[in-house]
Amino acid sequence: MYLPDFDYYAPDSLAETCEGLEHFGAKAKVLSGGTDIIAKMKSGLLNPEVLISLKKLEDLKKIEYVSGKGVVIGALSTHNDLVNSKILNDKYLSVSEAAHNMASNQIRNIGTVGGNLCNAVPSADLPPILIALGATIKLVGTKGERVMLLEDLFTGPMKTVIAENEILTEIVIPDQPSTGSNYIKFGLRRSGALAVVGIAVAVTVNGGTFTEAKIAIGAAAPTPIRARETEKFLQGKTISDDLLAEAGVIASGESKPISDIRGSAEYRRDLIRVLTRRALHKAINEGHV
Amino acid sequence: MSQVITDKHGIQHYMITINVNGDDYTRVVKANTLLVNVLRDELDLTGTKKGCELGDCGSCTILLENKPVDSCMILAIEADGKKITTIEGIAESSELDKVQEAFINNGAIQCGYCTPGMIISAKALLTRNPHPNEKEVREAIAGNLCRCTGFVNIVKAVLKVSEETNDKEVISNE
Repeated sequence: MYLPDFDYYAPDSLAETCEGLEHFGAKAKVLSGGTDIIAKMKSGLLNPEVLISLKKLEDLKKIEYVSGKGVVIGALSTHNDLVNSKILNDKYLSVSEAAHNMASNQIRNIGTVGGNLCNAVPSADLPPILIALGATIKLVGTKGERVMLLEDLFTGPMKTVIAENEILTEIVIPDQPSTGSNYIKFGLRRSGALAVVGIAVAVTVNGGTFTEAKIAIGAAAPTPIRARETEKFLQGKTISDDLLAEAGVIASGESKPISDIRGSAEYRRDLIRVLTRRALHKAINEGHV
Repeated sequence: MSQVITDKHGIQHYMITINVNGDDYTRVVKANTLLVNVLRDELDLTGTKKGCELGDCGSCTILLENKPVDSCMILAIEADGKKITTIEGIAESSELDKVQEAFINNGAIQCGYCTPGMIISAKALLTRNPHPNEKEVREAIAGNLCRCTGFVNIVKAVLKVSEETNDKEVISNE
């Protein structure tokens, strides 16, 4: 399989990258790790005239803790950078684990966090856990930058609010009172499978009571969604097995999955019921795992 | 950036240098040239195989900066200036590498098409973690599909290398 011809640029700076994107407009695509775009180009699903590579933007390859801000993940960090990050392993192992459950080792060494988010595939594994942890993203364009909640990035399958001249530069997991988080992916194989559904929760528990619970679900709607009714239901309640089971039922009711090759809508709804309960249970009892 | 030549059709060609198995190679590639094709077609390193060509099967696995990656999913120009190890460079001398020996001795090879990629993934695991458990072995080769062996003897071969590696040797190799 060969790729069609295209022009290639690898700008030295963020500013040049955005200018290049503005100049070429819809003709250009951003090349980050390339695991998605190259597969699509080989399959004839995409045919950009220009690829603008981010490979020289070294500043976007770091994961660091910035005090007063939180864990800052450069958009060009690979999935294995997340898996191996000591900072994430210590603070939010759930994020490392979500990255670890993706694709294969070879792809995790190439694919990037930024690419995974910008592709906006509804079944992507990183959005749910990052949304549950209240992550924000920074978009930089020719006219300045904007910071927003990750959950506001997605507008539909493969669609985001990112403008043609903008790129996603960093993801921040803010410092937070949450006491535990967890992501459960249900795939049809242990490796190399897309999520049939993916459930992420982040909970703040105080003396056996939910101060706050955030639940984000992937592959349950055209975009990753927050299970807001379930969150509202849990707030202030005393934790019990019955409560968590009821939360699963509510989450299942407020999701809008589709039927596709990986599973029917009914099956997905039932998975959401069971996995929401399990993810909450784990986050309550085991911390950020 | 590397030197760019534009031909009469307006197609850009780029001069890149990659270090493969210890030697520097300079080649002129197009933007759409895939790394796997440079290795196979330009450098005659045909041990690296092409299977699915979509990043699923792992036949084209190489080490890029010591990390296993699918070379069918990487543009050659993106690898400019980087260090690559292919199956041809996995043995340090004219003797086979211990992983290669173990694959032969444990019947881990049947048709052989997945073997180069499989050995690269196994080697990368054993370099990082000389004594993996079975779960870690299976996870490390999850991106390498074998349709003959059922994986049992492959896992056995990798665990055998781990068993036969004494830790003194590991330390002196580092």
